[in-house]
Amino acid sequence: MKSDSLTRAFALLLKRDLTLAVRHRAEMINPLLFFILVTSLFPLGIGADPRLLQAVGPGVIWVAALLAALLSLEGIFRSDFEDGTLEQLLLSSHPVSVLVLAKVLAHWLITGLPLLLVSPLLGVLLGLPAAAIQILLLTLVLGTPVLSLLGAVGVALTVGLRKGGMILSLLVLPLYVPLLIFAANAVDTAAAGLPVTAHLSLISALLVLALSLSPLATAAALRISLS
Amino acid sequence: MNFFHRLSSPKYFYRFAGRLLPWLAAAFVLFTLAGLYYGLVVAPPDYQQGDSYRIMFIHVPAAWMSLFIYMVMAGAGAIGLIWHIKLAEVFSISSATIGASFTFLALVTGSIWGKPMWGTWWVWDARLTSELILLFLYLGVIALHNAIDDKRTAARATAILAIVGVVNIPIIHYSVEWWNTLHQGPTVTKFDKPSIHLSMLIPLLLMAVAFKLYYALVVLMRARCEVLERERNTQWVRELVE
Amino acid sequence: MKQTGNHTLTLEARGLECIRDDRVLFSELAFRLEPGQALLLEGRNGSGKTSLLRILCGIRLPDAGSVTWCGSDINRLGPDYHEHTAYVGHRDGIKLDLTPLENLAMARALGKPNETTLEAVLEQVDLYGFEDVLTRNLSAGQKRRLALARLLVTDTVLWILDEPFTSLDVHGIQVVEQLLEQHTARGGMLAVTSHHPVNFKHTTVQRIDLSA
Repeated sequence: MKSDSLTRAFALLLKRDLTLAVRHRAEMINPLLFFILVTSLFPLGIGADPRLLQAVGPGVIWVAALLAALLSLEGIFRSDFEDGTLEQLLLSSHPVSVLVLAKVLAHWLITGLPLLLVSPLLGVLLGLPAAAIQILLLTLVLGTPVLSLLGAVGVALTVGLRKGGMILSLLVLPLYVPLLIFAANAVDTAAAGLPVTAHLSLISALLVLALSLSPLATAAALRISLS
Repeated sequence: MNFFHRLSSPKYFYRFAGRLLPWLAAAFVLFTLAGLYYGLVVAPPDYQQGDSYRIMFIHVPAAWMSLFIYMVMAGAGAIGLIWHIKLAEVFSISSATIGASFTFLALVTGSIWGKPMWGTWWVWDARLTSELILLFLYLGVIALHNAIDDKRTAARATAILAIVGVVNIPIIHYSVEWWNTLHQGPTVTKFDKPSIHLSMLIPLLLMAVAFKLYYALVVLMRARCEVLERERNTQWVRELVE
Repeated sequence: MKQTGNHTLTLEARGLECIRDDRVLFSELAFRLEPGQALLLEGRNGSGKTSLLRILCGIRLPDAGSVTWCGSDINRLGPDYHEHTAYVGHRDGIKLDLTPLENLAMARALGKPNETTLEAVLEQVDLYGFEDVLTRNLSAGQKRRLALARLLVTDTVLWILDEPFTSLDVHGIQVVEQLLEQHTARGGMLAVTSHHPVNFKHTTVQRIDLSA
């Protein structure tokens, strides 16, 4: 019976956050525009030689995805912190880590999924072959949840701070490095026509690790930040 | 057991650590001199790298320390978090800057080591890149600690961050190693440690011990300062200051 | 609605100490609260009333001492303690972009639900008719009443309230006072701080003055 009400709480919290996002539809587009803009800056910065762009394409798109994720992450707990609903989550009779998972899932659906939908366009902009774009999508499907999960820990640690946003990047970007390395290389390898099962397994392993550990770390961090 | 119980009292720790300091300082000087002597004078030049390899006697122990200290920092942080032991929190945060300094030292000496070999001040070698990311992890801990006003909250938050970091370090290290093997140019770009001869191993180990003593010395000094600051409203600190 | 075995339900504090910004706000604070009783905290601004309430919630750790619920430390009980408490702090704890019904549904899902319908709860706090209005469009007093309505959607023994009467008009204050008295009459407990003098007619009140 306890697990029944926990499922209800999870589902309702997820629905609540999605509802709130829909009521602020306009804000959803900002990280997306950032993603497209940053990617587009690179040809302007390094030249439009198709071979060069194809060589740096995967890395550029993934770095842009990291930055876009970071930009959007700050909002995951901020409004709840300010109106007092965040502490209500800590005072719930349900485990905070499960509630955190609901919020992170909602956040990913709102900010991560749109990145996925736009990425084929960016792949085309940088001249990636179709096989590479397919793998790009796959790495983003597996990788963007990792970005949300790991990022949530950083946001939880800085949510109460005045200049939290500035040190968030410092806290979170080093943790993103393994994902960046595996994902960008997967797309690169796919562009060369080689198999990428090893890469995808590694990224999946990161996802499983993040899924199991980061809600706990995020819950602990929230308790500390709100005390 | 009674000793450890008494040691966790800040006042007792302050006195005990104070008595240890001169011994640690003396031992540190001794091992450093021995290590430098063996490393710079006794050990023969490397057949491949000549005399420039000798920077290794600073670089390698510094890199070992940078990792070791991070683990101590995370471990002490975890102990402070789980059992609410103030002294563990103090140790954790006192270690952060020292660890960052060793990481920086490893980076600089690594760069110096590379210059005669590769002609550039920086190469994206696996170890140097890992050390760079480790430096960012340290800076993150320090920045987070400075951003939070309340000492206790700061200690607890940085403990979480350090623990998250410690779990990620092996993953980061492995991924950077892997990345490095993929992007090697035609020439070998890895720092090849000269095949370790006993005459080179001795100074390496001497310097490793020397650095550990340095860490012990400085962490106790910083911990004592931190303890004084945290306990500044108590009787024994007031008496000490007067 | 109230549990059997009421006699074992107690909230007890021993040797509580709270330090903020280097100042010791209070130390060696102790009390024992039983069903039907209210704890009223008094003191100047900045004397630590909010901090004490947050310690009782389990959000903040005391610098010394402990708070126990039925004999067990609340920080060790965690969700098992939170199941019995409801907190309305300075901030309302409601989302402005949801309707009152949606807000109450969320509050109910986070705790142990009781049997009252959400519409009936809204009626109790005089928000009948506002079910589907965005909370953003309510007045300050209405928002505060909605925040307090959260207390009525779950089955909780201990209500922890920080300045519950803020923004309320005379009628609103009466409504809330009535709800508080009904709660203690049913065997509930209260821990309250209020600038506004609270009219407890039938409840046993313990007062703690933090300025002393």
